[in-house]
Amino acid sequence: MRAFDQLRQLEIFFRDESRHGLPVVDLYELVQHAGNILPRMYLLCTVGSVYIKSKQAPSKDVLKDLVEMCRGVQHPIRGLFLRSYLAQVSRDKLPEIGSDYEGDANTVMDAVEFVLQNFTEMNKLWVRMQHQGPGTVREKQEKERNELRDLVGKNLHVLGQIEGVDLEMYKETVLPRVLEQVVNCKDELAQYYLMECIIQVFPDEYHLQTLETLLAACTQLMPTVDTKIVLTQLMDRLSNYAASSPDVLHEFLQVEAFAKLSNAIGKVIDTQLEMPIVGAMTLFVSLLTFTLRVHPDRLDYVDQVLGACVVKLSSVPKLEDARAMKQVVALLSAPLEKYSDIVTALTLSNYPRVMDHLDDGTNKVMAMLIIQSIMKNDSCISTADKVEVLFELIKGLIKDLDGTDIEELDEEDFQEEQNSVARLIHMLDNEEPEEMLKIICVVRKHLMTGGSRRLPFTVPPLVFSALRLVRQLEAQGGDIAGEDDPATPRKIFQILNQTIEVLSSVPCPELALRLYLQCAEAASDCDLEPVAYEFFTQAFILYEEEIADSKAQVTAIHLIVGTLQRINVFGVENRDTLTHKATGYSARLLKKPDQCRAVYACSHLFWVDDLDGIRDGERALLCLKRALRIANAAQQMANATRGSSGPVTLFVEILNKYIYFYEKGNPHITPSDIQSLIELINTEMQSDNGNTTIHSDPFFTSTLRYIRFQKQKGGLMGDKYDLIKL
Amino acid sequence: MNYLLGAFKPACNISIAFSDGKNRKQVPMKKENGQTAMVPLFQSQETISGKVCIEPYQGKKVEHNGVKVELLGQIEMYFDRGNFYDFTSLVRELDVPGDIYERKTYPFEFPTVEMPYETYNGVNVRLRYVLKVTITRGYAGSILEYQEFMVRNYAPLPAINNSIKMEVGIEDCLHIEFEYNKSKYHLKDVILGKIYFLLVRIKMKNMDLEIRRRESTGAGANTHVETETLAKFELMDGTPVRGESIPVRLFLAPYDLTPTHRNINNKFSVKYYLNLVLVDEEDRRYFKQQEITLYRLKEDTSS
Repeated sequence: MRAFDQLRQLEIFFRDESRHGLPVVDLYELVQHAGNILPRMYLLCTVGSVYIKSKQAPSKDVLKDLVEMCRGVQHPIRGLFLRSYLAQVSRDKLPEIGSDYEGDANTVMDAVEFVLQNFTEMNKLWVRMQHQGPGTVREKQEKERNELRDLVGKNLHVLGQIEGVDLEMYKETVLPRVLEQVVNCKDELAQYYLMECIIQVFPDEYHLQTLETLLAACTQLMPTVDTKIVLTQLMDRLSNYAASSPDVLHEFLQVEAFAKLSNAIGKVIDTQLEMPIVGAMTLFVSLLTFTLRVHPDRLDYVDQVLGACVVKLSSVPKLEDARAMKQVVALLSAPLEKYSDIVTALTLSNYPRVMDHLDDGTNKVMAMLIIQSIMKNDSCISTADKVEVLFELIKGLIKDLDGTDIEELDEEDFQEEQNSVARLIHMLDNEEPEEMLKIICVVRKHLMTGGSRRLPFTVPPLVFSALRLVRQLEAQGGDIAGEDDPATPRKIFQILNQTIEVLSSVPCPELALRLYLQCAEAASDCDLEPVAYEFFTQAFILYEEEIADSKAQVTAIHLIVGTLQRINVFGVENRDTLTHKATGYSARLLKKPDQCRAVYACSHLFWVDDLDGIRDGERALLCLKRALRIANAAQQMANATRGSSGPVTLFVEILNKYIYFYEKGNPHITPSDIQSLIELINTEMQSDNGNTTIHSDPFFTSTLRYIRFQKQKGGLMGDKYDLIKL
Repeated sequence: MNYLLGAFKPACNISIAFSDGKNRKQVPMKKENGQTAMVPLFQSQETISGKVCIEPYQGKKVEHNGVKVELLGQIEMYFDRGNFYDFTSLVRELDVPGDIYERKTYPFEFPTVEMPYETYNGVNVRLRYVLKVTITRGYAGSILEYQEFMVRNYAPLPAINNSIKMEVGIEDCLHIEFEYNKSKYHLKDVILGKIYFLLVRIKMKNMDLEIRRRESTGAGANTHVETETLAKFELMDGTPVRGESIPVRLFLAPYDLTPTHRNINNKFSVKYYLNLVLVDEEDRRYFKQQEITLYRLKEDTSS
């Protein structure tokens, strides 16, 4: 490059000399007297540029002469530099449109011709570099060639910059010539680099119009050439071009860009058998991106791409390559991002088939992506068919695939996955109950295959989803639906029953119990007594058979009691049975305090503070009394074992229940009952030497304060409280 | 050489002047001692005229048996030392025997002299034209004076001038086809042509085009052949590939060439050859020689 600068100096000198009288044409001849070719050619180029500048000869002739004479230097590196020098000095002297040198016989065609020829020769030299020298220095040569490639590429760059190369000329002359050279040189490095250059250098619209030629050339490249990168770049450019302005889209349609690209890729993949699968996948990703950008409305194209991908994937045994996997994920994610609506992706019939080829881990990742996409876009899947497809897609999450080692799974990941699935279930919604039922059935079918580890995560959302449907039906007035209507609450409950049953066998009894209770409540809302009863029965059975842990029992009992209390659908007989059972269970809890609490909770079963609720004051009182007894027993037990009586708290709690029922007007609870209870507590506390005062005092005192407050307030309630004497 | 004869100081000064000496074109000519002198240029069929001026040194008189001027065309073979062969000899008597006391000028003229050969100065042979003034004296030998001049003859454009085209090669190694645009070139001509490579199996370093001059003197067993390379012009650098064609453009002007001389007076010939030399990386040379004919074209006044 420094030499070039020196030559520039020389050029200036020559220009001066010609000013001083020696005609350039003589100078032009004179320098050719030099005996050695290399200096001669450099001189010739230098003088030639002066010659053109002087305009004493048509530039095209001089250029033609120069480019022809340069043939003398056949040594690759020297030739490359010489020609690159030639390109450099001639760059501003080409007879392109708008330049000083254009006109008369000098057309832009000549400029193109010149550059093309120079390019051709340079490329030949460049390619030839590798055939020289012994094989041992091959690597070094490759490196050198790589460094020199810009010299060759510069020509293409110039070609791209020549003013006045219109589409027609590009199509008819420039591209075919360049491609011919590229294809014929049969050199991997050159082909790759030059294709890249072509794609980068020329404008997008030219590419579009000459797509066919360009692609045809791609398929003719050497098998070792990384065609996929070339194609990828091309498609990226085109898709960017398409994205840049919507006006150009019709051009794409006009030239059937998709069909051509798709064909070309097919060919490339077919012909280059040894191309790794990751390459093919990269190509598909590019094509897909292109399709999505250019034809966002043509789902069939997208599907077609995926289809081709499936064909390719099924031709190889199993994807092992992590990079290939990544590409496939990218491939599958592309439509998700583009359409931001999974529903569209679900209509792509080949989508799941592509997913089938992923390994389990990736499949899960992909499934997660799908779910996330749904979540992000808040899209709602509303037909059973689509749900079916969707679950087919994410089956990696839904069930254990063959050969997955469970121990490998990270617990956290697993939970997250399952939570996602659970969230997904909530996204399935349809206004139409009938369709919704179908959806639920489909989901259920899939979830049931999930195995014991997944069910605890997936069943609850399903159940709640179904219950929502039930409520919806109820709100619409369930009676309207005739017997033929499949979506009756009754039916749903049947399904639910079966579903939860599975869960209880998992075993996950607590959860199942809760769900049963939920269902029972819903059933009661629907006035389906037998159903609700059935659910309760199930719940009780579960309680009896499965729930062994005492803590869990306490919780379960409270749950049962709470639910039972709210349900008002039962007839007297059923209700009696159930309440009896519940109370019975309460009394049989292991720890006394628990017993006590459960029992006084049961008192609420007999006194529902509703309009039409049961008000069986007597039995409520009975419960409370029983609770008192247990509390007593508990205290005695505590005394006996630890020497101190703890649970005044229990008494205070019971006292509160008394007050509650009293306030609610339970005729069986008299002020004297309360009074005596207060006294009892006081006595207990005294005997206790204030051991437990720390606990119960505040509670007790505040209870007392409440009574006093009510007294002072007066009114109806105050009158009632007046009867209690403190 | 003949000065040896005048062992003593010559008695007079002889000078020869051409009548149009002022306007006539002067060209450089190499003399035996290596110096270059400017001499007038003539061509065949020209009239050579001038004056001979004899000026005796002060107070001396030159006694003579006659004064004459000769125009000689000589061929001199260096290996045949001192042996001149005069192919042209014209004599003019300038004075009858007598004495010269003072400066005396004699005009002379050789009308339309036939000078078929050009002046040539080669390795083994020289062809020259000279004016020789002789003052013949009875004793002490003659007083001689020489004036050389140069003759160049111009040839018309050849009627037939075919290109030289030939395919040569070494089997399975190298095949080339070369073409020069003409077979006859004038001295300021440009050789255009191209070398087309049909097969290249050797690694080449470069390719040169040489202009060689072959001068053969004598005849029969005594023939001496001397070959000189006058020009070496690099045509190509590096190894070409099959199908490559290398342009040839060689300007003849810068080289010191003469026209081709064929069998001049049965004494000598000068021939020119274009020698295409390919040098491979092990410095082996492959060459092919082709004769070309050079001729002198009448130069227009501009050059």
